[in-house]
Amino acid sequence: MTAVPGRGRIELQDLAVTFPRRHEPPLVALDGVGLRIAAGEIVTLIGPNGCGKSTVLRAIAGLVRPSRGVVLLDDRPIAGPDPRIGLVFQEPRLLPWRTVAGNVAYPMELAGLRRPLRDQRVAEMLRRVGLVASAGERPAQLSGGMRQRAALARALALEPEVLLLDEPFSALDAMTRDRFNVELLKLWGRLRTTIVVVTHSIPEAIFLGDRVIVLSKRPGHVVADIRVDLPTPRTLDQLDEAVVSAAAHEIRSHLDADAA
Amino acid sequence: MRSMALTSLAGALGFLLLWKVVVVIGGYPPFILPSPESVIVRLAEAWAEGLMAPHAATTLVEVALGFTVGGAVGLIVGYALGRSSFVARLVSPYLVAAQATPILALAPVMALWFGPGLLGKVVISGLIVFFPVAVSAMVGIRSVDAGLLELGRSLRATRRQVLLTLEIPAALPSIFGGLRIGVTLAVVGAIVGEWAGAERGLGVLVNIARGSLFDIPLMFATLVTIAAFGVALYLIVVLVERRLVRAR
Repeated sequence: MTAVPGRGRIELQDLAVTFPRRHEPPLVALDGVGLRIAAGEIVTLIGPNGCGKSTVLRAIAGLVRPSRGVVLLDDRPIAGPDPRIGLVFQEPRLLPWRTVAGNVAYPMELAGLRRPLRDQRVAEMLRRVGLVASAGERPAQLSGGMRQRAALARALALEPEVLLLDEPFSALDAMTRDRFNVELLKLWGRLRTTIVVVTHSIPEAIFLGDRVIVLSKRPGHVVADIRVDLPTPRTLDQLDEAVVSAAAHEIRSHLDADAA
Repeated sequence: MRSMALTSLAGALGFLLLWKVVVVIGGYPPFILPSPESVIVRLAEAWAEGLMAPHAATTLVEVALGFTVGGAVGLIVGYALGRSSFVARLVSPYLVAAQATPILALAPVMALWFGPGLLGKVVISGLIVFFPVAVSAMVGIRSVDAGLLELGRSLRATRRQVLLTLEIPAALPSIFGGLRIGVTLAVVGAIVGEWAGAERGLGVLVNIARGSLFDIPLMFATLVTIAAFGVALYLIVVLVERRLVRAR
């Protein structure tokens, strides 16, 4: 499975999202977000807490409706949840009564895929994320990291063109997290899907991203779009390089300028 | 499994022994508290001579229908209560009021409306089953993780898929809590219904044994039969629960 070349282009045009509130004026989460993500690119979204990073992701996933503007996937507007998009939430959100294999099969069951195909893909996905030995276990028996791997396998099950990750490893310890990021990049090297990752860690944003998008505080809009000039495949050692600290410095200056 | 059976057996023997000790030490006459062996003998006789079976069959049918109808309606209403706060606000006060009215007081009304036949008993039994099942279904449906529902939405699950793959599996343990209580109450409801007027049934037999027959061992034997039905039905629900919870 590899993404079809040239598929998975995302474009946000003047995106605004407001949430109605009771007894208060509506909450403007995003206001005028414009962004183009090329097919097969990895883009990381970073910004202050509550700036609407996750809302951007949810708008791309078709889970929130823009109040203005549009999200385009391969030049067509996103009108709702779309099978071409795989989503990994901040929490694993596994069905606790299903085995790991059953959880990975879940999206395919809902989509009506036949059993033999499902089984074959489950095996393939579990191999990809290194969970073959745990196929028959329940989520409660897994470590936090393994659960998030299972969630990743589930998101890949329908062979999406776009993979969205909402602070996927934020609950993991720093070392596990680093390892996961390396694995994610390896996976991306093979799949070449478009990936959008929300993170609140500057090093993580640089390590993963071809580009780092800095969002302003609420109402969120893009304040900086920084290209990361690190050679691929990336290694954790690169995190010590000068280009990284330069990028980090730039990101931080935008975050600080916005906070001032 | 084997040691569990042994434990149960030891418990039963202990209970019989205690009963015997109370009879002997207390010196109670048989028409107050018959000895356990006389009750066991009477129980065997009553079944052997065909006295118990027709009453037992009548009660069993009432219980089965009452549990099925009350349980089914309870599940449906509980689901509606769990999914819609509007329905919950509209209906809950009446449910609670109905539940707070003693079934003993309702039974004569039901006998009046539905007659002395099967229907009245099924209604009473169903009524008393309904409440715990409805409440447990409501609690179960509300316990479904909002994150999982959003996951379902992101995977474009249909209403039916959400019900079958998320809501029911998540609510299952809670629902079975209600069904366990419900099945024992179904027996209570049927007996209460029979007391309010019936021609046949274990509740009727208790009355006959105490009254016209003045056969106190038979009365106790009938009570034992009622209790045994309750235990057996409860165990059946537990077995079904294990099956379903494992199969989800």
